[in-house]
Order: sequence, then C-alpha cells, then structure tokens
Amino acid sequence: MARLFPMRGGVHPEYRKELTSEKAIINLPLPDLLYIPLQQHVGAPSELLVAAGARVRKGQMLARSDGKVSTSQHAPTSGLIKAIGDITAPHPSGLPQPTILLEPDGADAWAELPEPIADPFSVDPKVIRERVAWAGIVGMGGAVFPAAVKLDLGNQYKIDTLVINGAECEPYITADDRIMQEHADEVMDGARIMARVLNAARVVVGIEDNKPQAIRAMQWAAEGFAEVSVMAVPARYPMGYAHELILAITGHETPAGKRTAEIGAVAYNVGTARAVAQAVRLGRPLISRVVTVSGGALRHPANLLAPIGARVADLIEYCGGFTLSPARLVIGGPMMGQPLPSLDIPVVKGTAGILALSAAEVGERPQSPCIRCGACIEACPVGLAPLEMAALIRKDNLEGAARLGVEDCIGCGSCSWICPSHIPLVQYFHYANGMLNHQEQERRRNERTKTLVEAHHLRLEKQAAAKQAAQAARKPSTPKAPNDKASA
Amino acid sequence: MWVDIASLTLMGGVLGSLLGAAAWFLAVEENPLEAELQAMLPGSQCGQCGYVGCAQAAAALARGEAPVTLCPPGGKATAEKLAKRLGVAVDLSQHEDKIPQYAVIVEDLCIGCTRCIKECSADAIFGATKQMHTAIAEACHACGKCVLVCPTDAILMQPIPVTLRTWHWPKPPSWQERMELEKPVSHHWPKPPSCQQPVEA
Repeated sequence: MARLFPMRGGVHPEYRKELTSEKAIINLPLPDLLYIPLQQHVGAPSELLVAAGARVRKGQMLARSDGKVSTSQHAPTSGLIKAIGDITAPHPSGLPQPTILLEPDGADAWAELPEPIADPFSVDPKVIRERVAWAGIVGMGGAVFPAAVKLDLGNQYKIDTLVINGAECEPYITADDRIMQEHADEVMDGARIMARVLNAARVVVGIEDNKPQAIRAMQWAAEGFAEVSVMAVPARYPMGYAHELILAITGHETPAGKRTAEIGAVAYNVGTARAVAQAVRLGRPLISRVVTVSGGALRHPANLLAPIGARVADLIEYCGGFTLSPARLVIGGPMMGQPLPSLDIPVVKGTAGILALSAAEVGERPQSPCIRCGACIEACPVGLAPLEMAALIRKDNLEGAARLGVEDCIGCGSCSWICPSHIPLVQYFHYANGMLNHQEQERRRNERTKTLVEAHHLRLEKQAAAKQAAQAARKPSTPKAPNDKASA
Repeated sequence: MWVDIASLTLMGGVLGSLLGAAAWFLAVEENPLEAELQAMLPGSQCGQCGYVGCAQAAAALARGEAPVTLCPPGGKATAEKLAKRLGVAVDLSQHEDKIPQYAVIVEDLCIGCTRCIKECSADAIFGATKQMHTAIAEACHACGKCVLVCPTDAILMQPIPVTLRTWHWPKPPSWQERMELEKPVSHHWPKPPSCQQPVEA
C-alpha cells in the first residue's frame, strides 16, 4: 500500500456509527408532497421552467442552470405542480426560499431521458461534462458545489490525482459507507469517467480505516483497473475535509485561499461519483439521495434513499418517530451540521444526515473562562489559533481576527469539541466570517453609491455648462438692439 | 515618418512639462487630514449630517466643529474609525446603527411631480413628469431626502429584508453573559427587620 502522510490537528470524537452502519439502504415510500427548492447548491438559484398546474414526469427538468456557477433541478417523480412559493429553507436561519411543490400522482412514470452514453471512455469529454451539468449533480458530501463546473478544472490546471472521498468522518453518518458497500461498481465507474474528463492519471479512493467492509468492496471493484488504488486513511475527524484528505494521500498541502486543483488534485464524494455514473450510463438526473437518519432519540435509525424534496418529518415518521423528546435536531453530522429550524423542511441534494440527538448525546455543559491550554491550537486542522481569534472577536476586533486568518477557518468544530472550558469557539468564527462578509458587501455598496453620486454631479455640471453656453449664444442678439438705437 | 514621430514626441514633452509645472505652481492647498477623513466617510454626499457634502463634513471634523457621530449612514464603524484617527474618546455603547433601509414609492400615491428625482443624489429614482416614478432598491443609499420633498407622502423607507444570502450567525454570548442569563432567581423571603429598629408608624 502507498505511504500515507501525517495529518495536522484533528480530534477523535465517538463515532457512534454502529446505529446504522449495518443497515442496508431502503427506499423511502413516496410522500404526499415534495418540496423542491430552487437553490440547493452553491451559486445562482436555478431558473424556473414550469408553472403551477403543470403535469410533470419523473426526471423532467423543472428548473435550469442560471449562470456559470449554477445547476438544474428535476422532478423526483411524476405528478402535478401544485404551487411555487416560499417555503422554509433547510438553513439555520429558518428564512423562506422559493420552492416548487410537487404532488406525486403515484404512477412514477419516467419522462423521456437522454440516450445513455454507451462508451464514455471514447467520447469527447465535453459530452460527459454536458451530461453532468444537465443531470444537476452537485458535491454530495455537503459542499454542494456544481460538479460540472469542477470538471472544467482539468482545462485550467494540470490534474494528476482524482481523490474519491469516502472518508465520511462525521459521527453517526453512514450514507457513503453504505453506498460503497452496496454500489461499489457504480462509484468506481463514475470515478473513472470523471478521471478521464479531468485528464487525471490516477484515482485514489480514500476511506477511513473504521469502514473495513467498504474498503474491501471498493478494492474488489477496483480490481483490473491499474490507475485506481484504494487507500485506508486513519479515522480522525476532519479527515473528510477535501484539503485534509488530499494532504494525507498526496502529501501536498493546499495553500490558504487556494483550490486543491492548484496542487494537482481534485476531490469528489463517493455519492457524487455514483450520481455521475447514473447520469452517464443510464441518462438519469440526480433526483434522490441516501440520507442517514439516526440519533439516540429515534426509534429505528436507518439509511434511506429519499427523493429530493421529501420532508424531514416524513423520514422521521418512517423511522418510527421519537422514543424521547430530542434535545437537538441536526441536519448533517453532529460536528458541522446545522440545527433544524423545523421538521417541515425538505431533504436537499446536500443532506447527508438527519439526527435526533438525546440530551445525553448532546452533553451540553456550562461555559467557563479560557484557561489558555492550547488544546484548540493542536486540534485545528488548518493551523489557526482559535483561542486568540475568539478573544479578539469577543472584543469585536474583527480586523485582528482576520489578520490571524479567521477566514481560513473551515468550521469543522474540532476546537469547540476539544475545549475543556466548553467555549463556543467555532460559533465565534461563524459569526466573525458572516460579519466580515457583511462588511465587505457594505463596502462594495458604498463604492457603488460613490460612483453613482459622482456620475450625478458630473451630469449636473454638464447641464449647467450647456445652459450657460445656450444663454451666451442668445445674449449677443438682445443687447445689440438698444445699442443700435442709440447709435441711430 | 521620422518628422511625425519627432514632432509628436516634442509636442508631448512640451505639453506634459507644461501640465506638470501647472500642477506644481497652481496646486490648491489641501489639508491632508481632511482628505484622510473624507476617505473614511461614505462619500454619498447625502447631506444627512447637515453639511452640503462629505468634503464639507470632513473639513468640519478636521476643525473639531463636528462630533464623530455625525454620519448616520456610516454608522458605528465609521464613528469608530473617525474617533481613532482624531484621537477622540467617544462612548458608542448607546449608539445604535440604523437598520439598512431603502426607499419605496407607493405607486397609487405618486403624482409624477419629479421632485424626488431632482433631490436624489444617486440617480436612484426613475420616472418623468406626470409619469409614475420608481426607486431602484440597489442604487438607493437611504439618505431619506426624497421622503421630505414628496408632496403626497408617497415614499416610504423600508428595511432591507434579510435573505439567505445576507443572513449570518449572531455573536455567541460570552461566559459572563451566560452566567448573567442563567443566574438563579432568589425566591426566599426578605430579611425581617430587627427588633432594635423602631418600627415607623
């Protein structure tokens, strides 16, 4: 096996994956209503193609990509578009977001799909890229960056390694683990197709060593492909962060504020690789995803294949509901996940997990003053000094925190997890980055106002000058008359 | 061709040096502090501070005639910057930033008088005589001057709604604030007066 490179920082949270790791993926029965948000990805929201009252078929495009960084949305089943309106977004703010309401008709009839690409290894890479863009595939590890845009990186940079991210370092979540165990061939196929588009010479599947079955399944799938290797990486949070995994596999660190492509590596989640394989081989868009529904407050934790747009409440109901009142409901993993604003929010393309945690699992303890032990510095995977930054942010010195690199924080929460004083460190950095972003927007707005005001003044001056010139042109004729009279 | 090049070069040289000399000898004397302060102000010339524009406000600040909190659109951040540069101590704990706003014209009330259009320094209002006007939200900097001149009160200042793109996490409470929040409320009886104290009738 190839040599592994040491990782910086990281923590060892309790994994608690045994709740669902042995549970095969089951299909969620179609809910009564699906809520498909127009924005489930990074970039511009999709542009709506259907109106309320329209009948759509499974796989039909409902909204198309609008802009360079954007993607499309498809109907997860056949049915009637009931309405298009603002529905609570799967976002901690609980703010509304434009959403398509689709009422399934139960027929689940497919629309006319594009032809499968029979031999993806001989066609023009552009064809594959277009297919991936059409299918509305985004990074399914949680970053939700449009996958087709990332496939273009092969044209800009020399990519030598395609990393398939099967680390799945978040506790509780087992969606990727199950995908690798049950659909290893599809993942491998998707990975090799993407490697060809990116022109990458080798493919490395990185899996944390606490998933031996997934490693074995992927090794079997990789047999016969010389360019593919499967690597067991040490189980250590946040190994699933792309920069971290690439560092462990290639030994190259991505510079701050740069993309991994600049050091010759691109990472895709295993779910994304599978979605690419399905889009290319079957001509199917991304209309469902595997979601781990878990936590101590849930009756029957499970891995569900849920259509995009199913309500969280539908998934929880299917899992038997709660056994006790959950202390916290989280979308995503317990480390980086976000609190759920309500149970009436939809599953979107980036939803890897839904957790109903009991009070014992949350284990919230009172905050106390910083004792400057430096545990957070050792835990930080990007080499920041969380205690210093938090102290500055607490005193509203955002500029100072920015100088210390708060904008490089990946929000993994290792510092908050390890802090013996239970200081909400990562929460401070979320706040600071939000505030810095806001200040930057304000600054840009001010600049724009300045240019507008300057243009306004310039126009006024021009108008005044034109008026004067017109008056000057008129003047000589009027005073002449009395002069003439006087001389006459 | 050489004649062309030589003559153009010569002209360029002579005119350039003339301009350079003019800039040197005819330079308007500027207070460097004023320029620095003006750069800190938003520069939208809205006049909400009571001065004609940002340059005049900066001059007043430099002379020490105006308080650092004079600029409403600049808010707390600008006041802090100005105080730091001028070395003035200022208590901003009570100072609350205005919620970001923009002007909205109620179309039913607009009579198309164009007064607001003339007033707007950012050309954010669009319309013509006896035609309905409308304000462009992206260009409005919320100086509120149009509200004052509207004869039919058709202009409202509305807060800019928070969207998914602009929302961000609030600041977490510090441990002191937490303790304050979670302090147990005392539920015992007050101490009874001692028998030595005369009880007032």
